[in-house]
Amino acid sequence: MVSTPKREQARAARAEAADREPHGWLGLVFIAPSMVFIGGLFVIPLVMTAWMSFYHWPLLGRRKFIGLDNYAELLGDTQLWQSLGFTLLYTVLVTAAILVVAFPLALLVDRPLRNTGIFRTIYFMPVVIGFGAASTLWMWLLNPDSGVFSRLLLGLGIVDAAPRPLESFWPALAVVILMVVWKTAGFTMVILLTGLQSIPQEIAEAAKIDGANAFSRFRRITLPLMRNALLLALVLNITSSMLAFDQFFIITQGGPENSTISAVFSIYLASFSSYRLGYGSALSFALLVVLVAISSIQLSFMRQRPEEGR
Amino acid sequence: MRKLTTLHGRPASERLGDAALLLISLLLAIFFLMPIVWSVANSFKPAAEALANPVALFSKAFSLENYRRLEDVGAGWYVYAANSVLIALGTIVLTVLIAVPAGYGFAKFRFPGQSLIFVVVMATMMIPFQSILTPLFLILKFLGLQNNLFGLVLVYTTFQLPFSIFMMRNSFDAIPSALIEAARIDGASQWALLRRIMMPLALPGVATVAMFAFLNSWNEFLAALIFLSDQNKFTLPIMLVNVSSGIYGIIDWGALQAGITVTMFPCIVLFLALQRYYVRGLTAGAVK
Repeated sequence: MVSTPKREQARAARAEAADREPHGWLGLVFIAPSMVFIGGLFVIPLVMTAWMSFYHWPLLGRRKFIGLDNYAELLGDTQLWQSLGFTLLYTVLVTAAILVVAFPLALLVDRPLRNTGIFRTIYFMPVVIGFGAASTLWMWLLNPDSGVFSRLLLGLGIVDAAPRPLESFWPALAVVILMVVWKTAGFTMVILLTGLQSIPQEIAEAAKIDGANAFSRFRRITLPLMRNALLLALVLNITSSMLAFDQFFIITQGGPENSTISAVFSIYLASFSSYRLGYGSALSFALLVVLVAISSIQLSFMRQRPEEGR
Repeated sequence: MRKLTTLHGRPASERLGDAALLLISLLLAIFFLMPIVWSVANSFKPAAEALANPVALFSKAFSLENYRRLEDVGAGWYVYAANSVLIALGTIVLTVLIAVPAGYGFAKFRFPGQSLIFVVVMATMMIPFQSILTPLFLILKFLGLQNNLFGLVLVYTTFQLPFSIFMMRNSFDAIPSALIEAARIDGASQWALLRRIMMPLALPGVATVAMFAFLNSWNEFLAALIFLSDQNKFTLPIMLVNVSSGIYGIIDWGALQAGITVTMFPCIVLFLALQRYYVRGLTAGAVK
């Protein structure tokens, strides 16, 4: 092909404007496959969840429109309210526990000493292991007969009989929280670490020269400047804890006496154990509304004064 | 960058403080590391020895009997490992093939409704996939993809897309327009532009996307539990839970530890090798 100056010029003009306008349709072609996936396997199921929640919908057999009956049943479902209450309790406790552990971890690995990189890697390592592997691993650690913990506690003379934490509510909840802290504290540590490292060194140095002690430096400088990182850690931990399933399905199996059935666990039971797909959808939709509400409140709180967290 | 401080030439109190902090760091490292180490160590112990002393890190006899017994679990652990590998590879390939052009389209083109579509894609990150599993089950059944590894790949890919598109859009956004213009003037086609100029520069973003696709599909439990019903289609996490629920009330802890080791191993190796990309993805996804 012979390229004439004219054509060259046209091409240059096209290229110049390319970032703004031309070939717009081509962009649509590029995003089309992703739209098929997100549309077909996310947006449609989302709409279906709302739609199905108005039906009596068994796995086999005929579905029947029942209006708001599923929601009426939901309001009177004591097991459901108990599991929602339990999920909230778990969320509050585990989020607090994770922050209490992860903040010192972040401070510890932020120090300009050698070896902090190794510690960072080690603290983070359990994050990449799945909840399935982590839960079964801790089942063994906690097992009264062959697990490490009971052997250690007995060996050190701390207890006289092997502890059986899964047989009552609070110990069962405590061991799940311990497992989750072990598995996820490293994740929160990294988020807090990015917050810590965004604090300009000069500010801390200036305060130090002005004679502020370590505690007041932490309270007056570090904490306020980390507001966004802390809020983000809070949002992510709260939403993921509200959606907890694996650890309760695997470690406590909902017990003792159905006291550790989380919200997602009750959706699973309704839809895939009782095969009441309509009721499961109503539960899903209710949970969805609660979660979106929580995260939008938190996110708007975070956006209020964005300049402070920088 | 901060200066590296050495332990020498500083007041004794500070050096003492540093030593205390190092000690605390070490104790915490033991807490985070030991469960993994114990599990791996016990997976290589003969059953009797594991029961006698599960705390010991080194056994007198190195044994692979636990791994051999894992071959008799259900369809055999290698079948489950193969399923997990297939699902993870499928999810990586599909996610990259779809998210890379999508990120490119969002970053380098202007078309009507673009920002609205992007906001919708990002909003799906706020909606938990756990809440749409019930209709997804019906959709997969309708497509004939329920109890099917490929069906699960489609679901995992969809869950990965919002984050991956976000990641790729940022990667392409960071490529200077001047570079693209220069290539266009030199007569590069759209395709050549994407393949020769953009892709090499966006490669770190692709690595991050692929790594997250791997870890999330490898470790996912709930969707696999719901969508796979045939014994020989299970993934490794489902196998672990089956082993941990025992047969006639007896749990084969040795086989379980072998299974846990097999399941954890690729994740840890990958993380150690590509840590940089992982943390990049975390902070990018988090600080959006």
